[in-house]
Amino acid sequence: MNPLYLEVAVVILGLLLLVAESFAGPGRKSGIAHPAITGLILIFIATFWVNPAALDASAPYARFYSTDSLAIFFKQIALLTTIVVLIMAQEFAPVVEANLPSSRRGAGLGEFYALPVFTCAGLMWMASAVDFVLIFVSLELVTISFYILVSYLRHDRLSVEAGVKFLVLGALSTGFLVYGITWIYGVTGQTNLNAIAAVIPALKVAAAPALLFGLGLVLVSLGFKVAAVPFQFWIPDVYQGAPTPITAFLSVASKAAGFVVLLRVLQTFVVVPYLQEKILPLMALLAGVTMVFGNLAAIPQSNLKRLLAYSSVAHAGYLLLGVASLGAPFVGSAILFYLGAYLLMTLLAFLVMTIVAKAVGGDDIADFNGLNQRAPQLAFAMLLAMASLAGVPLTVGFLGKLFIFEAAYQQGHFVLITIGIVTVAAGFYYYLKIVRAMYWQQAADPDAPGIPVGIAARITIAILCALIIWLGIYPAPLLSLIH
Amino acid sequence: MMSPLLSLILIPLVTAAFCMAGSAPRRISIFGAAANLLLTLHLMGSYSLEVGGFQFVSGRLLMASHGLAFSLGADGLSMVMLLLTTLVTLAAVWVAPNIKRHEGMFYACLLFISAGAIGAFVSLDLFFFYAFHELALIPTFLLIGIWGSGERQRIAWKVTLYLATGSFVLLLGLIGIWLAVPAGFHTLDIRVLQQLGYAGLLTPGPVVYLLVLFGFGSLIALFPFHTWAPEAYASAPAPAAMLHSGVLKKFGLYGLLRLAVPIFPAEIQQFANLLLLLLLGNIIYIGFVTIAQKRLDLMLGYSSVMHMGYAFLGFVALNQIGLAGMSLMIFAHGLTIAALFALCGEIERRAGTLEFSQLGGMAGVAPKLGLLFGFAVFASFGLPGFINFPAEVLIFFGAFARGVSSGFNAYQITTAFALWGVVISAIYMLRAYRRIFWGHRGAAVTEAIADVSPAVRWSVILLLAGLLITGFRPSLLLDSINPVFDLLVP
Repeated sequence: MNPLYLEVAVVILGLLLLVAESFAGPGRKSGIAHPAITGLILIFIATFWVNPAALDASAPYARFYSTDSLAIFFKQIALLTTIVVLIMAQEFAPVVEANLPSSRRGAGLGEFYALPVFTCAGLMWMASAVDFVLIFVSLELVTISFYILVSYLRHDRLSVEAGVKFLVLGALSTGFLVYGITWIYGVTGQTNLNAIAAVIPALKVAAAPALLFGLGLVLVSLGFKVAAVPFQFWIPDVYQGAPTPITAFLSVASKAAGFVVLLRVLQTFVVVPYLQEKILPLMALLAGVTMVFGNLAAIPQSNLKRLLAYSSVAHAGYLLLGVASLGAPFVGSAILFYLGAYLLMTLLAFLVMTIVAKAVGGDDIADFNGLNQRAPQLAFAMLLAMASLAGVPLTVGFLGKLFIFEAAYQQGHFVLITIGIVTVAAGFYYYLKIVRAMYWQQAADPDAPGIPVGIAARITIAILCALIIWLGIYPAPLLSLIH
Repeated sequence: MMSPLLSLILIPLVTAAFCMAGSAPRRISIFGAAANLLLTLHLMGSYSLEVGGFQFVSGRLLMASHGLAFSLGADGLSMVMLLLTTLVTLAAVWVAPNIKRHEGMFYACLLFISAGAIGAFVSLDLFFFYAFHELALIPTFLLIGIWGSGERQRIAWKVTLYLATGSFVLLLGLIGIWLAVPAGFHTLDIRVLQQLGYAGLLTPGPVVYLLVLFGFGSLIALFPFHTWAPEAYASAPAPAAMLHSGVLKKFGLYGLLRLAVPIFPAEIQQFANLLLLLLLGNIIYIGFVTIAQKRLDLMLGYSSVMHMGYAFLGFVALNQIGLAGMSLMIFAHGLTIAALFALCGEIERRAGTLEFSQLGGMAGVAPKLGLLFGFAVFASFGLPGFINFPAEVLIFFGAFARGVSSGFNAYQITTAFALWGVVISAIYMLRAYRRIFWGHRGAAVTEAIADVSPAVRWSVILLLAGLLITGFRPSLLLDSINPVFDLLVP
């Protein structure tokens, strides 16, 4: 199958959903979640039958569009994340309805399911983009749909605040990106990454500062996307204010897309030694401060969403450690494995949180007190997610860190590894804070009834739990997807 | 047919699952632990000493690029560790008192720790060796945090962070070992790593050795990385303290025997003086600290730290006698400290306190408890007849013999000092015995105190029987331990 059809199918699905939504009767808007999830699952299955050779290499768009295994893997990540986000959105629907100004029941719910589908299409294009023009366009498709989604709860002041902050900083980061691209274009005369890679070695050394300046601007913009310190300051407020499923979407898919672009851009430039020796130390520095800041800032948090926001910064740090180790033999797979692991455990955490927060009425850590008595299965799923995020062995999160540290070791980043280890220990502290709340503390209301979980969410939780343990013991299936 | 070693890991895990889900967790976990002990005894019976080496081997390659494989196997040393683990596990679930909160989870956590320890002792793959040990981390956190006493929350954090950091240091060391494997032997198989080490083909260097030493060292409570241990054992509920100090802490010693001895013989000698100094810190300094303790639980916690010094002395001696003594020490100390913690929990339940100043004269009201405690005390400082005695003797012989070839040296000076440790432990152990069971009745001791409960009595008798039987016939263990170190360069 031609890989181009994947994005086309996702966009058509999104358009069909919008049409269906406008014809659906009042009170039935939420029904469009089912075709959305089913359609995405079918497309996800179809990704395993994609044949890159079906793409006409001489066609004009082939210059923009890569179909390597990196691209396919990230398309799968995007699709899987969107599916889980939609399942989360189903659980979240009552909160959305309560926060929308409408006399008609369920009005405005439909778009909440349709918009993530478009975001997904943008993410999938981003995964294949090997031209700055396509990178920019797909990034904007993703970002603009996120602007809407983040501020979706119009009656919730936190959500609106999050939307404004995200809009302002997103626009700023876009500005950096475009400006950086123009500098790179000015030096090389190309926007295509492959073409740039071909031109750079022939450039005069005098052109290097201009090229580095442009690249630096692009990296700043990508730093915003992946939440690297010092470009992380938008993260906590936006994560806390956004609707929970959208927060999960942001923290997984947006970060993954940022890293795929980062990898593609860096692969283009690090082939030249004099650029490499400037870029990689910079990445190492970013990795160090991101690991330290993310983990330290997460420690005092009392709100679970904010805690996961800082934890997402911390994980960006470990991923950047992998990026800084570019050149080690296994590092590419290590980074992708880490992203896959991060996806599983973060989505699990957010899914459980959505369900619990709906029942309890808040997403502070204290709201999880005594969860083990009320809903032992949800508590266990959360325990597993936290153990994996912290990096306990026999979970997928541990293997992710192991592969990254191994690559860093081979590249001799001993200081960074030391920082990594100390910060991992700090991570144990704040992730176990949630375990403590669920298992040590008494519930505020010991006689509260159990928490109802929808069937789709139940199945998703079970699958995610099983994958976290299974891939933590037997990583080969995920690694074979990467290769 | 499933590998018998895999069953040993799975039985506690499945039992734990039943505990979480079903009813009667106490009965079912005693049943599971007893089944595991019987299976271990059966395996020890069918292990062929003539063939030697690793037996009951099974394996499955999981990741070819790293040589990662889920392979299990047991040699004579693993067998001793398995016996220790299953004995202590049975005793620990047996003595568990009435648990009021989340009874199922309490037993599940204990069984998880046991499964992790068994997994680590039978793993032939470096990754699973490490990973299984870490299975215990979260259960320990929960056990101390939920059911602990005193400042349980602070201590649970401290233990978890300490052990997590130690584990990651160890992990770095293990990665270092793996990266030093010569090209062509792409494997994580401990058997191959040992052979490469003995052949001198695997030389990761001094930095990796120090990572491994201090990684394992902080898990074993090597001075000065010991501060987590006494508090943890004092605060943990008795069964958790038994399993952690009796079994889990021995993982570090087992790891040193398995990996450091074959791979780092030169580095062990290079840093011998450092380690000799640190282990004297364990024996002498912590010994005095132990004497100064005013509570039984803390005293036992410190005494377990102190005894680790002997194990390190056997390790640094790096000869057949010393290493065999260290292996016996692992077994002896594991059973002894488990028995002591079981009795300590019982004393606290009976008298309501562990302060020496509140206790005294308990033998008058609880004679059987006093008798059992007396046995455990004598085992602890190595009375002949208990396996502790040959363990200590072999270690001292090994360490002293180490120095003979080159005149009077650091090994022998250290051994001379370490011998005083025996006196120190006799002092604090006998003093504790006297302050609790003899003399005037303390404020907390009344006629109303009942004697030892059957569960504690029988589980302590089980542990003491293990110590006595092997103590009278050390060859039961030594015959399987000795061949493990045959390849060692003298």
